[in-house]
Amino acid sequence: MTFEKERQVLVIFPHPDDEAFGVSGTIASHVNNGTPVTYACLTLGEMGRNLGNPPFATRESLPKIRMQELRDAAAALGIQDLRMLGLRDKTIEFEDDEKLADLMYSLIQEINPSLVISFYPGYSVHPDHEATGRAVVSAVGRIPKNVRPKLHCVAFSNNCVDELGEADIRYNVQSVEKQKVAAIMAHRSQTQYMVAAWGDKLETQDPELLAWIHNERFWTYQWPDEKKA
Amino acid sequence: MEPILQADAQAVIDSFANEDVYLHLETTNGAYATHFDESFFSVGAYIRNAFLQYELGKIVGTGPFRVGLKLSIGWVYAEGLTHYEVDEKGRLLMAGLDPAGKLAVALQISKTPFE
Ligand SMILES: [Zn+2]
Repeated sequence: MTFEKERQVLVIFPHPDDEAFGVSGTIASHVNNGTPVTYACLTLGEMGRNLGNPPFATRESLPKIRMQELRDAAAALGIQDLRMLGLRDKTIEFEDDEKLADLMYSLIQEINPSLVISFYPGYSVHPDHEATGRAVVSAVGRIPKNVRPKLHCVAFSNNCVDELGEADIRYNVQSVEKQKVAAIMAHRSQTQYMVAAWGDKLETQDPELLAWIHNERFWTYQWPDEKKA
Repeated sequence: MEPILQADAQAVIDSFANEDVYLHLETTNGAYATHFDESFFSVGAYIRNAFLQYELGKIVGTGPFRVGLKLSIGWVYAEGLTHYEVDEKGRLLMAGLDPAGKLAVALQISKTPFE
Protein backbone atom coordinates (compact mmCIF):
# COMPACT_ATOMS: atom_id res chain seq x y z
CA MET A 1 0.00 0.00 0.00
CA THR A 2 1.34 3.45 -0.78
CA PHE A 3 1.80 5.89 1.98
CA GLU A 4 -0.70 8.69 2.10
CA LYS A 5 0.85 12.04 2.95
CA GLU A 6 -0.66 13.43 6.17
CA ARG A 7 -0.75 17.01 7.41
CA GLN A 8 -0.28 16.08 11.10
CA VAL A 9 -0.25 12.72 12.89
CA LEU A 10 -1.21 12.12 16.53
CA VAL A 11 -0.26 8.78 18.09
CA ILE A 12 -1.88 7.92 21.44
CA PHE A 13 -0.81 4.86 23.42
CA PRO A 14 -0.67 4.04 27.13
CA HIS A 15 2.79 2.42 27.40
CA PRO A 16 6.30 3.30 26.35
CA ASP A 17 7.04 0.58 23.74
CA ASP A 18 3.44 0.36 22.42
CA GLU A 19 4.64 2.49 19.52
CA ALA A 20 7.70 0.35 18.84
CA PHE A 21 6.46 -3.01 17.58
CA GLY A 22 3.62 -2.40 15.16
CA VAL A 23 3.70 1.33 14.50
CA SER A 24 7.25 2.69 14.59
CA GLY A 25 7.86 2.09 10.87
CA THR A 26 4.72 4.04 10.06
CA ILE A 27 5.75 6.84 12.42
CA ALA A 28 9.25 7.06 10.92
CA SER A 29 7.78 7.08 7.41
CA HIS A 30 5.49 10.00 8.26
CA VAL A 31 8.36 11.91 9.87
CA ASN A 32 10.60 11.25 6.87
CA ASN A 33 7.73 12.46 4.69
CA GLY A 34 7.90 15.81 6.46
CA THR A 35 4.73 15.24 8.49
CA PRO A 36 4.90 16.38 12.12
CA VAL A 37 4.13 13.52 14.51
CA THR A 38 3.02 13.98 18.12
CA TYR A 39 3.25 10.94 20.37
CA ALA A 40 1.18 11.11 23.55
CA CYS A 41 2.12 8.32 25.94
CA LEU A 42 -0.23 8.04 28.89
CA THR A 43 1.99 6.21 31.41
CA LEU A 44 5.62 5.34 32.03
CA GLY A 45 4.95 1.61 32.15
CA GLU A 46 5.54 1.72 35.90
CA MET A 47 4.19 -1.82 36.31
CA GLY A 48 6.51 -3.47 33.82
CA ARG A 49 7.54 -6.88 35.10
CA ASN A 50 10.99 -7.19 33.55
CA LEU A 51 13.42 -6.18 36.27
CA GLY A 52 16.10 -8.73 35.30
CA ASN A 53 17.67 -11.52 37.33
CA PRO A 54 20.10 -10.33 38.53
CA PRO A 55 17.94 -7.19 38.54
CA PHE A 56 18.88 -4.01 36.67
CA ALA A 57 16.00 -2.03 38.19
CA THR A 58 13.59 -1.84 41.11
CA ARG A 59 9.86 -1.19 41.07
CA GLU A 60 10.74 2.42 41.96
CA SER A 61 13.57 3.03 39.48
CA LEU A 62 11.83 1.42 36.50
CA PRO A 63 9.71 4.48 35.56
CA LYS A 64 12.81 6.68 35.27
CA ILE A 65 14.53 4.07 33.12
CA ARG A 66 11.48 3.73 30.87
CA MET A 67 11.12 7.50 30.54
CA GLN A 68 14.64 7.68 29.12
CA GLU A 69 13.97 4.69 26.86
CA LEU A 70 10.85 6.43 25.55
CA ARG A 71 12.88 9.56 24.80
CA ASP A 72 15.51 7.45 23.03
CA ALA A 73 12.89 5.66 20.95
CA ALA A 74 11.22 8.95 20.01
CA ALA A 75 14.59 10.33 18.97
CA ALA A 76 15.29 7.25 16.83
CA LEU A 77 12.00 7.84 15.01
CA GLY A 78 12.49 11.59 14.66
CA ILE A 79 9.43 12.41 16.80
CA GLN A 80 9.68 16.10 17.68
CA ASP A 81 6.71 16.31 20.02
CA LEU A 82 6.67 13.66 22.75
CA ARG A 83 4.06 14.09 25.48
CA MET A 84 4.04 12.12 28.72
CA LEU A 85 0.59 12.45 30.18
CA GLY A 86 1.44 11.30 33.71
CA LEU A 87 -1.15 8.60 34.25
CA ARG A 88 -0.25 5.35 35.93
CA ASP A 89 0.29 1.99 34.30
CA LYS A 90 -2.60 -0.48 34.76
CA THR A 91 -4.94 2.17 36.17
CA ILE A 92 -6.29 3.73 32.96
CA GLU A 93 -9.53 1.74 32.98
CA PHE A 94 -10.20 2.89 36.53
CA GLU A 95 -10.03 6.59 35.63
CA ASP A 96 -13.24 8.53 35.08
CA ASP A 97 -14.15 7.61 31.49
CA GLU A 98 -15.60 11.02 30.69
CA LYS A 99 -12.56 12.89 32.03
CA LEU A 100 -10.21 10.62 30.13
CA ALA A 101 -12.15 11.25 26.93
CA ASP A 102 -12.02 15.01 27.73
CA LEU A 103 -8.24 14.75 28.02
CA MET A 104 -8.01 13.02 24.64
CA TYR A 105 -10.41 15.53 23.13
CA SER A 106 -8.40 18.54 24.29
CA LEU A 107 -5.24 16.93 22.94
CA ILE A 108 -6.89 16.38 19.57
CA GLN A 109 -8.21 19.95 19.54
CA GLU A 110 -4.73 21.29 20.27
CA ILE A 111 -2.79 19.12 17.81
CA ASN A 112 -5.50 19.19 15.11
CA PRO A 113 -4.30 15.98 13.44
CA SER A 114 -5.35 14.69 10.04
CA LEU A 115 -4.68 11.15 11.32
CA VAL A 116 -4.99 9.68 14.81
CA ILE A 117 -3.39 6.30 15.62
CA SER A 118 -4.37 4.35 18.74
CA PHE A 119 -5.68 0.95 19.84
CA TYR A 120 -8.90 -0.64 18.56
CA PRO A 121 -11.22 -1.00 21.56
CA GLY A 122 -12.31 -4.59 22.03
CA TYR A 123 -9.30 -6.01 20.19
CA SER A 124 -6.19 -4.77 21.95
CA VAL A 125 -5.81 -7.22 24.87
CA HIS A 126 -4.31 -5.12 27.69
CA PRO A 127 -6.85 -3.25 29.86
CA ASP A 128 -4.85 -0.01 29.44
CA HIS A 129 -4.90 -0.44 25.65
CA GLU A 130 -8.65 -0.99 25.74
CA ALA A 131 -9.33 2.01 27.97
CA THR A 132 -7.08 4.24 25.86
CA GLY A 133 -8.74 3.10 22.67
CA ARG A 134 -12.21 3.70 24.14
CA ALA A 135 -11.29 7.22 25.25
CA VAL A 136 -9.76 8.07 21.86
CA VAL A 137 -12.79 6.73 19.98
CA SER A 138 -15.11 8.67 22.27
CA ALA A 139 -13.09 11.88 21.77
CA VAL A 140 -12.81 11.56 17.99
CA GLY A 141 -16.52 10.71 17.87
CA ARG A 142 -17.35 14.11 19.36
CA ILE A 143 -15.93 15.78 16.26
CA PRO A 144 -18.44 16.32 13.44
CA LYS A 145 -18.06 13.71 10.70
CA ASN A 146 -17.07 16.14 7.98
CA VAL A 147 -14.03 17.44 9.91
CA ARG A 148 -13.12 14.26 11.80
CA PRO A 149 -9.50 13.11 11.53
CA LYS A 150 -8.93 9.60 10.20
CA LEU A 151 -8.64 7.02 12.98
CA HIS A 152 -6.32 4.06 12.34
CA CYS A 153 -6.29 1.42 15.04
CA VAL A 154 -3.90 -1.30 16.14
CA ALA A 155 -5.53 -4.63 17.01
CA PHE A 156 -3.88 -7.89 18.00
CA SER A 157 -6.34 -9.90 20.07
CA ASN A 158 -6.67 -13.53 19.05
CA ASN A 159 -10.11 -12.83 17.56
CA CYS A 160 -9.34 -9.55 15.78
CA VAL A 161 -9.18 -10.84 12.20
CA ASP A 162 -12.19 -13.14 12.71
CA GLU A 163 -14.33 -10.25 13.90
CA LEU A 164 -12.90 -7.17 12.13
CA GLY A 165 -11.79 -8.87 8.93
CA GLU A 166 -8.29 -8.39 7.54
CA ALA A 167 -6.67 -5.03 8.25
CA ASP A 168 -7.53 -2.51 5.56
CA ILE A 169 -4.29 -0.49 5.95
CA ARG A 170 -1.08 -2.38 5.28
CA TYR A 171 2.35 -0.84 4.95
CA ASN A 172 5.72 -2.31 4.13
CA VAL A 173 8.18 -0.29 6.20
CA GLN A 174 11.35 -1.98 4.98
CA SER A 175 12.81 1.39 3.94
CA VAL A 176 12.88 2.51 7.59
CA GLU A 177 13.88 -0.87 9.03
CA LYS A 178 16.95 0.55 10.78
CA GLN A 179 14.92 3.22 12.55
CA LYS A 180 12.30 0.70 13.59
CA VAL A 181 14.89 -1.71 15.00
CA ALA A 182 16.54 1.21 16.82
CA ALA A 183 13.19 2.15 18.39
CA ILE A 184 12.57 -1.44 19.49
CA MET A 185 16.08 -1.67 20.96
CA ALA A 186 15.69 1.71 22.70
CA HIS A 187 13.14 0.07 25.00
CA ARG A 188 15.94 -2.05 26.45
CA SER A 189 14.21 -2.95 29.70
CA GLN A 190 11.34 -4.44 27.71
CA THR A 191 13.06 -5.83 24.64
CA GLN A 192 16.57 -6.94 25.55
CA TYR A 193 15.56 -10.60 25.91
CA MET A 194 13.59 -10.53 22.68
CA VAL A 195 16.46 -8.91 20.81
CA ALA A 196 18.89 -11.42 22.33
CA ALA A 197 16.61 -14.22 21.12
CA TRP A 198 16.89 -12.85 17.58
CA GLY A 199 20.56 -13.88 17.64
CA ASP A 200 22.01 -13.27 14.19
CA LYS A 201 18.63 -13.42 12.44
CA LEU A 202 18.83 -9.72 11.53
CA GLU A 203 22.25 -10.06 9.89
CA THR A 204 21.27 -13.28 8.13
CA GLN A 205 18.00 -11.69 6.94
CA ASP A 206 15.77 -14.35 8.46
CA PRO A 207 12.58 -14.10 6.37
CA GLU A 208 10.21 -14.64 9.29
CA LEU A 209 11.80 -11.93 11.44
CA LEU A 210 12.02 -9.50 8.53
CA ALA A 211 8.36 -10.08 7.66
CA TRP A 212 7.44 -9.35 11.27
CA ILE A 213 9.51 -6.15 11.25
CA HIS A 214 8.53 -4.94 7.78
CA ASN A 215 4.76 -5.37 7.91
CA GLU A 216 2.55 -2.97 9.81
CA ARG A 217 -1.21 -3.11 9.70
CA PHE A 218 -4.07 -0.97 10.92
CA TRP A 219 -7.82 -1.13 10.92
CA THR A 220 -9.73 2.02 10.03
CA TYR A 221 -12.12 2.49 12.92
CA GLN A 222 -15.64 1.49 11.95
CA TRP A 223 -18.08 4.04 13.34
CA PRO A 224 -21.36 2.30 14.25
CA ASP A 225 -23.31 4.59 11.88
CA GLU A 226 -20.92 3.85 9.01
CA LYS A 227 -20.76 0.06 9.27
CA LYS A 228 -20.95 -1.64 5.95
CA ALA A 229 -24.23 -3.51 5.54
CA MET B 1 18.61 -5.12 44.26
CA GLU B 2 20.58 -8.08 45.60
CA PRO B 3 19.53 -11.55 46.73
CA ILE B 4 17.93 -11.23 50.17
CA LEU B 5 20.16 -11.69 53.20
CA GLN B 6 17.64 -12.71 55.80
CA ALA B 7 19.25 -11.31 58.94
CA ASP B 8 19.99 -8.01 57.26
CA ALA B 9 16.45 -7.72 55.89
CA GLN B 10 15.07 -8.59 59.33
CA ALA B 11 17.04 -5.73 60.88
CA VAL B 12 15.60 -3.27 58.35
CA ILE B 13 12.06 -4.59 58.92
CA ASP B 14 12.59 -4.16 62.67
CA SER B 15 13.70 -0.56 62.16
CA PHE B 16 10.30 0.35 60.68
CA ALA B 17 8.25 -1.33 63.44
CA ASN B 18 5.90 0.89 65.45
CA GLU B 19 6.43 3.79 63.04
CA ASP B 20 4.03 5.36 60.55
CA VAL B 21 4.98 3.81 57.21
CA TYR B 22 3.74 3.76 53.63
CA LEU B 23 3.43 0.36 52.06
CA HIS B 24 3.44 -0.91 48.49
CA LEU B 25 2.22 -4.46 47.94
CA GLU B 26 1.77 -6.02 44.56
CA THR B 27 1.37 -9.40 43.00
CA THR B 28 0.88 -10.10 39.32
CA ASN B 29 1.23 -12.72 36.65
CA GLY B 30 1.18 -10.18 33.84
CA ALA B 31 -1.54 -8.64 31.72
CA TYR B 32 -0.82 -10.92 28.77
CA ALA B 33 -1.03 -14.31 30.50
CA THR B 34 -4.54 -14.98 29.26
CA HIS B 35 -3.69 -13.72 25.75
CA PHE B 36 -0.98 -16.36 25.40
CA ASP B 37 -2.91 -19.12 27.17
CA GLU B 38 -6.67 -18.66 27.24
CA SER B 39 -7.07 -21.27 29.96
CA PHE B 40 -4.79 -19.28 32.28
CA PHE B 41 -6.58 -17.79 35.26
CA SER B 42 -4.99 -14.38 35.62
CA VAL B 43 -4.91 -12.68 39.01
CA GLY B 44 -3.13 -9.76 40.62
CA ALA B 45 -3.50 -7.32 43.46
CA TYR B 46 -1.97 -3.94 44.10
CA ILE B 47 -1.96 -1.39 46.87
CA ARG B 48 0.23 1.70 46.85
CA ASN B 49 0.80 4.00 49.78
CA ALA B 50 -1.22 2.11 52.35
CA PHE B 51 -0.52 4.13 55.50
CA LEU B 52 -0.08 1.94 58.54
CA GLN B 53 1.98 0.83 61.52
CA TYR B 54 3.06 -2.69 62.32
CA GLU B 55 4.03 -3.94 65.74
CA LEU B 56 5.94 -6.99 64.56
CA GLY B 57 7.54 -7.83 61.23
CA LYS B 58 9.20 -11.13 60.37
CA ILE B 59 11.01 -12.54 57.37
CA VAL B 60 10.92 -16.35 57.35
CA GLY B 61 11.77 -19.27 55.09
CA THR B 62 14.94 -20.39 53.36
CA GLY B 63 14.49 -18.36 50.18
CA PRO B 64 12.35 -17.40 48.43
CA PHE B 65 11.27 -15.72 51.64
CA ARG B 66 7.97 -14.85 53.26
CA VAL B 67 7.41 -11.57 55.08
CA GLY B 68 4.54 -10.98 57.49
CA LEU B 69 3.67 -7.74 59.26
CA LYS B 70 1.40 -7.92 62.28
CA LEU B 71 -0.81 -4.83 62.60
CA SER B 72 -2.77 -3.89 65.70
CA ILE B 73 -5.97 -5.06 63.96
CA GLY B 74 -4.78 -7.01 60.95
CA TRP B 75 -2.01 -8.44 58.81
CA VAL B 76 0.07 -7.86 55.72
CA TYR B 77 2.05 -10.67 54.13
CA ALA B 78 3.85 -11.55 50.94
CA GLU B 79 5.57 -14.71 49.78
CA GLY B 80 8.08 -15.48 47.05
CA LEU B 81 10.45 -12.62 47.88
CA THR B 82 13.97 -13.09 46.45
CA HIS B 83 15.66 -9.69 46.14
CA TYR B 84 15.91 -6.50 48.17
CA GLU B 85 17.62 -3.21 48.64
CA VAL B 86 17.43 -0.15 50.82
CA ASP B 87 17.33 2.60 48.23
CA GLU B 88 18.74 6.13 48.36
CA LYS B 89 15.56 7.31 50.09
CA GLY B 90 15.92 4.73 52.87
CA ARG B 91 13.00 2.67 51.58
CA LEU B 92 13.03 -1.11 51.90
CA LEU B 93 12.26 -2.52 48.45
CA MET B 94 11.66 -6.28 48.30
CA ALA B 95 10.69 -8.19 45.19
CA GLY B 96 10.15 -11.74 44.07
CA LEU B 97 11.75 -12.21 40.65
CA ASP B 98 11.20 -15.37 38.67
CA PRO B 99 14.21 -17.02 36.96
CA ALA B 100 13.53 -14.94 33.81
CA GLY B 101 13.75 -11.72 35.82
CA LYS B 102 10.04 -10.93 35.83
CA LEU B 103 8.58 -9.40 38.94
CA ALA B 104 5.90 -11.63 40.47
CA VAL B 105 5.49 -9.98 43.86
CA ALA B 106 6.70 -6.79 45.56
CA LEU B 107 6.55 -5.58 49.14
CA GLN B 108 8.01 -2.15 49.90
CA ILE B 109 8.09 -0.11 53.10
CA SER B 110 8.88 3.60 53.33
CA LYS B 111 8.68 6.46 55.80
CA THR B 112 7.66 8.81 52.99
CA PRO B 113 4.93 8.28 50.41
CA PHE B 114 5.86 6.44 47.22
CA GLU B 115 5.55 8.85 44.32
ZN1 LIG C 1 1.03 -1.67 25.98
